[in-house]
Amino acid sequence: MMYDWLYNLTGSEILAMFIVSLLPLFVFILPFALFAVLMERKVSAHMQDRLGPMRTGYHGILQTIADIIKLLQKEDLVPTATDKILFNLAPLLAFIGSYAAFAAIPFSGFFIGTKIDLGIIFIVGVTGLVVAGILMAGWASNNKYSLLGAMRAAAQIISYEIPTLLIILTIIMLTGTLSLYDLSEMQTAYFWNWLILGGPAVGLQKILLIPFMIMGCLIIYTSTLAEVNRTPFDIPEAESELVSGYHTEYSGMKFAMFFLAEYANMFAVSAIVAIMFFGGYQSPFGYLGNTLGWTWLVPIEQFFWFTSKGLFFVFVQMWLRWTLPRFRVDQLMAFCWKYLIPFSFVILLLVGLIALM
Amino acid sequence: MNIYDIIFYLFAAVTLLSAFFVVTTRNIVRAAFFLLFTFFGVAGIYVLLGADFVAIVQLIVYVGGILILLIFGVMITNKITQVDIKTGTIHTLPAAIGVGLFTGVIGAVILNTEWFEIKTDIPVSTLSTLGRMLINEYVLVFELLGILLLVALIGAASMARK
Repeated sequence: MMYDWLYNLTGSEILAMFIVSLLPLFVFILPFALFAVLMERKVSAHMQDRLGPMRTGYHGILQTIADIIKLLQKEDLVPTATDKILFNLAPLLAFIGSYAAFAAIPFSGFFIGTKIDLGIIFIVGVTGLVVAGILMAGWASNNKYSLLGAMRAAAQIISYEIPTLLIILTIIMLTGTLSLYDLSEMQTAYFWNWLILGGPAVGLQKILLIPFMIMGCLIIYTSTLAEVNRTPFDIPEAESELVSGYHTEYSGMKFAMFFLAEYANMFAVSAIVAIMFFGGYQSPFGYLGNTLGWTWLVPIEQFFWFTSKGLFFVFVQMWLRWTLPRFRVDQLMAFCWKYLIPFSFVILLLVGLIALM
Repeated sequence: MNIYDIIFYLFAAVTLLSAFFVVTTRNIVRAAFFLLFTFFGVAGIYVLLGADFVAIVQLIVYVGGILILLIFGVMITNKITQVDIKTGTIHTLPAAIGVGLFTGVIGAVILNTEWFEIKTDIPVSTLSTLGRMLINEYVLVFELLGILLLVALIGAASMARK
């Protein structure tokens, strides 16, 4: 494990833990956010038959770096009528909530913050801080659009947490573990051991599980899409109605914090879908490192597969954003309470029966 | 000083400071937000005590659920329906007596208990033990609580329809 290795290297447990807790941020989230913002702009541009940013670097690849430098240089504006303390705390809280989730996400068998037994429930728990951060931002901004956006965001996230949790419960019931590490280890070897294809079960049970797993995967992907406020569920920051929702009043680095939190969250939910249904960091067809006998290569391969799966689901999120129109508020609630939740209950019940077989 | 000591004092400071702000601030929305940090600090202390499941349930139920509803309620009554929420100090003497008694009881319990330490390297997850106990020994209480929550839910839904 990373922590033990660093502990041996530095000889101080405080230093080792500090480095381990900073690694996901510097090794992963920041480069990912830089890449994902550019990807979003390029994907949207090509879907609309445009070119997107072209001038900074080859085909605009340095555009986000230029943007970050611009954001860092900006003056830290705090409007006079805001609640100063809460206004300054809110971006931090939103980012802490989404960053804490990375503590339990296994990037590979070697690189995982902590192997706690409660991984998935921990992620659901700390996501609550993001909601609080958004509400805090909306209220402290003292702006009608911000408050409306924050209210919509909180209502939406709370409602869509229910189908997410029901599908997570189904998976927990089927596999008997809450640890994301164990869940990934369970789906090892080949891609037919992934839970979307019935997991490690054999025979009739596996065949019966497949349709429910596919439905469950679609439901959890849809509801996590709503939890990160992406189109078609972007009513909290609907530009045509609310300027830009809860972060209307923010600029400079504080705006960048919200942005970073949003992109970190996008990857976190994609990672959860990848871990729960698509084998996490497991390769779909064995490891090159095992064949060649180079054991050090295996964690790198696992990291590669994990990030590729995560990035694929992030790409699907962007694809959906530039394809689908936005839901109305009533449609949003009806979709959650009248369709997703009953279907999740049916899946929970039937998977339970199949698991008893 | 061990790293766990640092973490403990950090969480204890967060809990105490934010709890102090909750009772002293005049602004009710701010009080509600500071309550969030209190709950968060308490969750951290649960983790250090080895009660991992309780800590995460604390986060999900209090921070993710109850507190958000509380903030919603406060914000809507305060800003949208223009009702003034009064925050101030009333009934100082009875409150002082009540708080004094409570402090006395807690203090007496703390002083009279014989504390002992259980030293473990890494706390074992309480999850499976807890699950077995809830389903075997305390199944009646568990089911009754479930029914109670269901009744509350149905009641809330029927009130909302009127």
